[in-house]
Amino acid sequence: MATEAAVDVRNLTAMFRRREGDMAAVNGATFSLARGEVMTILGESGSGKSVTLKAMMGLLPDYASITGEVRVAGRDILKLPPAALAKARGGELSMIFQEPMAALDPVYTIGEQIAETIVKHEGITYASAMQRALALLERVAIPSAARRLKNYPHEMSGGMRQRAMIALALACNPTVLLADEPTTALDVTVQIQILLLLRELQQELGMSVIFVTHDVGVAAEISDRIAVMYAGRFVETGTVREIMRHPKHPYSKGLLNSTVLGGLRGRRLETIPGSPPSLSALPRGCAFSPRCAQADVRCLTTQPDETVLGPGTIVRCFHANTAMAEAI
Amino acid sequence: MSSTTAQPTLDPRDRGGPAQPLLIVDELTKHFPVYGGALNRQVATVHAVDGVSLSVRKGETLGIVGESGCGKSTTARLLMQLIKPDSGRLIFDGDEVGAPGGIDVTSMRRQMQMVFQDSYSSLNPRMTMIDSIAYAPRMHGLSAKAAEARAESLLERVGLHPRQFGRRYPHELSGGQRQRVNIARALALEPRLVILDEAVSALDKSVEAQVLNLLADLKEQFNLTYLFISHDLNVVEFISDRVLVMYLGQVVETGPVEDIYSRPRHPYTRALLASIPTLDPDRRTTVLPLTGDPPNPINPPLGCRFRTRCPFAEAGCAETTPKLAAPIGTQANPVTPHLVACHVAAAQQGAIHGH
Repeated sequence: MATEAAVDVRNLTAMFRRREGDMAAVNGATFSLARGEVMTILGESGSGKSVTLKAMMGLLPDYASITGEVRVAGRDILKLPPAALAKARGGELSMIFQEPMAALDPVYTIGEQIAETIVKHEGITYASAMQRALALLERVAIPSAARRLKNYPHEMSGGMRQRAMIALALACNPTVLLADEPTTALDVTVQIQILLLLRELQQELGMSVIFVTHDVGVAAEISDRIAVMYAGRFVETGTVREIMRHPKHPYSKGLLNSTVLGGLRGRRLETIPGSPPSLSALPRGCAFSPRCAQADVRCLTTQPDETVLGPGTIVRCFHANTAMAEAI
Repeated sequence: MSSTTAQPTLDPRDRGGPAQPLLIVDELTKHFPVYGGALNRQVATVHAVDGVSLSVRKGETLGIVGESGCGKSTTARLLMQLIKPDSGRLIFDGDEVGAPGGIDVTSMRRQMQMVFQDSYSSLNPRMTMIDSIAYAPRMHGLSAKAAEARAESLLERVGLHPRQFGRRYPHELSGGQRQRVNIARALALEPRLVILDEAVSALDKSVEAQVLNLLADLKEQFNLTYLFISHDLNVVEFISDRVLVMYLGQVVETGPVEDIYSRPRHPYTRALLASIPTLDPDRRTTVLPLTGDPPNPINPPLGCRFRTRCPFAEAGCAETTPKLAAPIGTQANPVTPHLVACHVAAAQQGAIHGH
């Protein structure tokens, strides 16, 4: 394990005030990430995985109240004054999104957008920033990069735009990259290209990456560690091998078992009954208890605490503990 | 789920017996014009579907896979006659659709129904679930009371309690529940063929598995035949008996699911399968299966459409469009043949590089 954490998140909570009552989209997320490590937040829609990233970037609207700490290089991002936050965003902390068409500005060329970012952050001349932009497009393997520099986003294909957005995110050498489902909207042959590119860049630049996805296969391809998120909470975290091979939380198990594989042809798929709860009407105890086969009275009434099983390995389930104890 | 040799029990509507395919599609073609320029003249053509032929056997599930722009959804819409084909014939259980002496579009649609990807936009927001499901039977002549009774029993069959869900509106249901209603609605006319166009793609993984199990149950109960269109290669392998792989508006390979997934012959099929993310962190993908994006179906390459991305392409590939044929050196099984549209032997073997 590495010595110092590149990112240290303590008790991150994002509350949305709504007429029907407050809603915690992220409820006390705590994790730290070493330099050069890739952590995936795996979860279904509405689990709070994207909100976690947006909260870390300070991208949530004013009516969201965010508490906790997000330390990047020793500074708490959440407590930075606006000017310093703007400097950190796109500087040491950068983000890529699912829809590059929505994330890129349609009225500026790719080159202009990258150069502008570099000029803003580093104060170098526009001409040398444009040189850097060219090198970045080449780095993300965009063919005929010099010509593509002058393209508007709509003139590029989906995979190309995703590469352009990665180039933009990497413009100021971030130490931490947040990736919000960057391959979900892509075709499968393009998705694997982007995953391989991200893996290569991450290793070369020694970046820490927090990758959000709902796809177990994508998580297996890219992560060192996985955090499984359900109803706003991390229910289990561990190394990619631990989670993929020996999941401990009943939800992680259910998610892996219900993953459709060709090899299961002709068999019934194992399923998790019901559907994920609404964040504004969470069950009183463990949020997963209404769908859990192992749930008992305690699960229905009490929220289980995190049990730390090792460095970076936690599980939030009463029964995972007893199962562990029995195993020992 | 059924095996490749599903034996459908006798359906009174069955005309040609079990050996006659339920649906035969012959050289289906649809081009869309692209207008532009100062005079708004036609400047280009989208070759959405170009000479697609296929047959769906009674009781089977035929999977259609391909990436965006390959024409799989346009094919589905053409089959339902939601858009008019430029050319090509549809033969439903021996009767040509829209031809003299054949069956008309309305009676074909009574036997062929479709489920779409977006469960919300395919339901009328002002109609309750019962009304949505009962609508088609009423239009086709059932009394309001009988139609409602059928809707209730269908809701029950798809796992939704009619008392609890029947009077709800689409926005009051979750995505998985709405898709169950869409399936119930598709079954309301007692169709024989159901086209599922990315029907589980928008669902959460835990819900997707539930709906796939439901589809398997319904297929058995109602003696259905499925045409399952998806971009998800794992799901297609799981559900299909036979598979059709499309690329830029054409079929590049077809055959029984085991043959396609274990011995793919077309270089595109191989690249597609090699792109599936692994579930084993110790066996991650290291070699890029394919570079670049799928090309635009506007003015596709002449000859073989895959040749611009194909590592095996030869001069001849630009000249003639390969036709679907048995792989070189094999005899095609006459009932469920494995066919590939590629004329380079090395490409069919995948000899040069190791995917």
